Amino acid sequence: MTKIAKGTWVEIERVLLKPEERAPNLPEDTRKCPYVLRISGFLQADAEIGADVTIRSLIGHEHTGLLRVVNPSYGHSFGATVPELLTIGLGDKS
Amino acid sequence: MSAPNRDMSFAAVTARKNEIMKASLGIDFMDFIQSPIAFDYERMMRETGYSLEDIARIQAETKVGNTPLFELKNLTEAVRSFAGPGKGATILVKDEAANASGSFKARRASISVYEARRKNYQGVAAATSGNYGAAVASQAAMRGLKCIILQEVFDSRGICQPEIVEKSRACEAYGAEVQRLSVGPELFYQLLMTLETTGFFNASLYTPFGIKGVETLGVEVAEQVRQRFGKDPDAVVITHAGGGNLTGTARGLLAAGCDQTRIVACSVDLGGLHMAADTDFNRKSFTTGHTGFGVPFATWPDRVDVPRNAARSLRYMDEYQLVTQGEVFYVTELLSKREGLERGPAGNISLTAAVTLARQMDRDQIVVVQETEYTGAGKHQNRQLSFARENGIEVRVGDPRENVPGKTIVIPERLEQVRGRVQDMDKLRRSYLKNAVKAYPLDQWNEGDYRFLAADLKQDVAWVQQAVSTIEMN
Repeated sequence: MTKIAKGTWVEIERVLLKPEERAPNLPEDTRKCPYVLRISGFLQADAEIGADVTIRSLIGHEHTGLLRVVNPSYGHSFGATVPELLTIGLGDKS
Repeated sequence: MSAPNRDMSFAAVTARKNEIMKASLGIDFMDFIQSPIAFDYERMMRETGYSLEDIARIQAETKVGNTPLFELKNLTEAVRSFAGPGKGATILVKDEAANASGSFKARRASISVYEARRKNYQGVAAATSGNYGAAVASQAAMRGLKCIILQEVFDSRGICQPEIVEKSRACEAYGAEVQRLSVGPELFYQLLMTLETTGFFNASLYTPFGIKGVETLGVEVAEQVRQRFGKDPDAVVITHAGGGNLTGTARGLLAAGCDQTRIVACSVDLGGLHMAADTDFNRKSFTTGHTGFGVPFATWPDRVDVPRNAARSLRYMDEYQLVTQGEVFYVTELLSKREGLERGPAGNISLTAAVTLARQMDRDQIVVVQETEYTGAGKHQNRQLSFARENGIEVRVGDPRENVPGKTIVIPERLEQVRGRVQDMDKLRRSYLKNAVKAYPLDQWNEGDYRFLAADLKQDVAWVQQAVSTIEMN
């Protein structure tokens, strides 16, 4: 596997609570899932994807977790066009 | 960041809540608490030490406040075209998107961040999936403080709500650390852990600082309407979720002397969807301003991350309108196409209710929509509707009354179909009383509790006594 270099901007994941450790009174579907944290930061030592690593966040705090994504991006958009919206409010112009 | 000697289990951290809150806020709530129900609300609000003048000055330092109030002439005309004779109030909108970070939440964040700086905290932390995160991050950037925002972002499939992704982006753009979490109320557990291990200030949405910061919004609305129209607004419509927007705005209006102005709450109806359910998480097209927050927070405000909530909506609310997701998307689109303002989404919930109110009100009356928010990728109605389709929700044009939260979004064909519906206020008040009985057995209530409840429900003591006598507990 490829080594990811120290200092690379990455995203890690850590299970904060296993299903049996979660809050009481959760709905059934939520209760069977672990409670998971994802956080981005600068990798503190060379590592491979999936390794247990330490990152330094934008405010300089260190967090540990499994290396999940290299150079994470947001990827949100305006989505596929919803034609039903296009004609709203055109009035006489349509 | 770790505190190796402490028990970090869910139960142990939650049990340290009061201790953590005291250290992270510098407020000892025990000073104000009188019983499991009653506390001295007004003294708590007073003793935060900030006057309205102080707040306006602090907010002006960090690009907050004095936002424009626009008349929506084309939308008003459109409503008048089908309202009955003499009906069709003027609709005004306060363009709160003009605040630093793009929403009214900057008002709420500004005083907390100022207070954190004054008390020499190294940073601020807040648990919020909404615009508030960007607001805290933006204010912290200006005041030179570190910032941590905790957000509920993705379901167990790893799929993120696009609107919350945009909010993660905004927070990181302002230099904050963003902790992205899966679905669940343990967001507050993670907040407590974070506060305890970092020693940061708790920029909770529900402290007196958060609520007092919104009071300037109410004052500005009063002053701007008077200046332009020579009278007070007849109604102010406020998107309602946790109650801070409504409480702060109403307190500001009252401080400015608008004691006849009708305070109207409005939420998107998400009835039937469970807020802590993993499978419902991405079946919602609104991440806030909906009944999933609006109703529980109105009927028991003290369910928050501070011992007593400064946001107490039923204390000020005269009426509560519900609208559907499709109605809000329709009106959001009209705001762009007819008024040349691309805003939204949650701020337009109150705009949608204003259409219904304006239709019922007289032509010479004024209804104010007291906020807008910025829009963009992830937040935009086109993304929310396409995301709904990707998650198996039916989206179609038709009669909005056929809307079913989590199943069908019906976009109205014409503005006349935007009618919303009214929530039963007495039912809400009774539900609050039921929660009060659960918190503190009725036979232990004293005169102070009755007086507190009457004030908290905008009723008199006789009403409370009559109402509790008919409550059936299940």
